Amino acid sequence: MNGKRSFGGGGRGKAGAQGGQQGKDGQRRPMFRRRKVCKFCSDKIDDINYKDTKLLMPFVPERAKILPRRISGTCAMHQRKLRTAIMRARQLALIPYTAE
Amino acid sequence: MNRKYELVYVVSPDATDAQVAELHTQVEQIAERLGGKIDKTDNWGRRKLAYEIGPHKEGTYVLETIDGGGELMKEIDRRLKVSDLIMRHLIVRIDEDQTKIERTRSKRTEASRRRRVARGLPPDRQPGEGQRGDTEDDDRFDLAEVER
Repeated sequence: MNGKRSFGGGGRGKAGAQGGQQGKDGQRRPMFRRRKVCKFCSDKIDDINYKDTKLLMPFVPERAKILPRRISGTCAMHQRKLRTAIMRARQLALIPYTAE
Repeated sequence: MNRKYELVYVVSPDATDAQVAELHTQVEQIAERLGGKIDKTDNWGRRKLAYEIGPHKEGTYVLETIDGGGELMKEIDRRLKVSDLIMRHLIVRIDEDQTKIERTRSKRTEASRRRRVARGLPPDRQPGEGQRGDTEDDDRFDLAEVER
């Protein structure tokens, strides 16, 4: 599959979309971007639970939308689990659906 | 067929403590009648809701872990739907997930032990071992940074 975009590595094409300090002078200089890793894999969190709002909240920033994998770097399996957990938490009003 | 379920319900803030307790006994009675039992009850107390439900901004959360069959949960679900005091409820089956989590966890520790033994180390991590020490808090992955 050539068309597939790589999620890992430091993507140059995505420059500016996120990431911290932008070099003031050189746009040409290839920026170092930390390799994104799945939080749940690296921290060995097996149980993504809907009751654990502290864990889920970073994945629903401002607008209360679920943070996409492309930005958070979460692996596919954990993103799926995260999604169900967030949706359950939303039903119980633990996490907002939207932010007004 | 013994399954494990988790039931969370959000009671309206107008309800008194006695009413909340009564809801609990109601659930317990249904469970007993249909051959199940409540393993654990956890009252989280009053919490702020993430969004307003009708006029309410707060709710009392109660979590129950129930041992029983699907029929029982259906009945409880039906009863909770009818109740006025309950604003939201959620029933989730947990036994399958729990076994799965257990399995991955044991597999992981086993693998790490095997690796350590292969390297000629004692199977368990010794205190003060490793460069990063045993700090629980690991900020290699700082989400706040990614969000920006």
